[in-house]
Amino acid sequence: MEIMKLVGAIMLLMGSFSLLISAIGLLRMPDVYNRVQTGTKASTLGAIVSFIGVGLYKYDAWSDGNWIGRVIILIIFILLTNPVSSHVLMRAAYFMKVPLSKLTKVDKLKEDIDNNVIKEPGNE
Amino acid sequence: MKTKNLIVSFLVLMIAWLLLNWTIDPVNIVIGAAISLFLSVVFCSNCDLFTSINLTPKAFAYTFMYLVVFIVELIKANIDVTKRVLSPSLPINPGIVKVKTKLKSKMARLILADSITLTPGTFTLQVEGDTFYIHWINVDNEDVEKVTEELVAKFEKYLEVLYD
Repeated sequence: MEIMKLVGAIMLLMGSFSLLISAIGLLRMPDVYNRVQTGTKASTLGAIVSFIGVGLYKYDAWSDGNWIGRVIILIIFILLTNPVSSHVLMRAAYFMKVPLSKLTKVDKLKEDIDNNVIKEPGNE
Repeated sequence: MKTKNLIVSFLVLMIAWLLLNWTIDPVNIVIGAAISLFLSVVFCSNCDLFTSINLTPKAFAYTFMYLVVFIVELIKANIDVTKRVLSPSLPINPGIVKVKTKLKSKMARLILADSITLTPGTFTLQVEGDTFYIHWINVDNEDVEKVTEELVAKFEKYLEVLYD
């Protein structure tokens, strides 16, 4: 299936582009919070599109060499775990008082901690 | 509810088995069904992970619609990120805003937080009960109701039907 290989290769290229964007984002953004943001979004879609590309490249109807099913499982795991792990990274950075960039306009979480609306974790 | 837990965990395990094996050989399916049933009875007869899922036809339709909305948002998020990263002036305007959700079940809140993380420019920073603190890369509004309307409402209307 030459056409499948072509489509798969194009999707792999698109996925790599998305991962490249995520790497450039990591370098260009001013603080850890914006870095985690660009890193998560671009790398999630990059990984998903690359996986679909690999699945199409190895497409082979109902034989054992077919990777489509495994690729779908990988995509589900990426979608479930990637946001959670990045959220934990960003939350840990926030409560370790990593400074926000000077561009930051508003910080409702700090206001609420200062006004005792919520408690800061670890300081009970 | 115990039976609902069993059914959902059995289906999840069975689908994972079928996808991993990628064959429709009857022997394979019977072995997979037996193992899935055994695992869901042993490990998930008392878990409360799936108790709040609704198993109605409407819920299935809404799951599908939710996935479509989610994928569109994911692609929009990436176009947005690409634009911001590649433009020389780095047009960001970050801040942490607060939203409130109507959803009650833990699972629905988890999915909502994950979806917010993967949509354009927003990232769930902290969850306190029904309040989410969101790091937003382009703050154009600080009012709780308006931000909720803008960021959360599009997912909430589907998740409301899926979970009670």
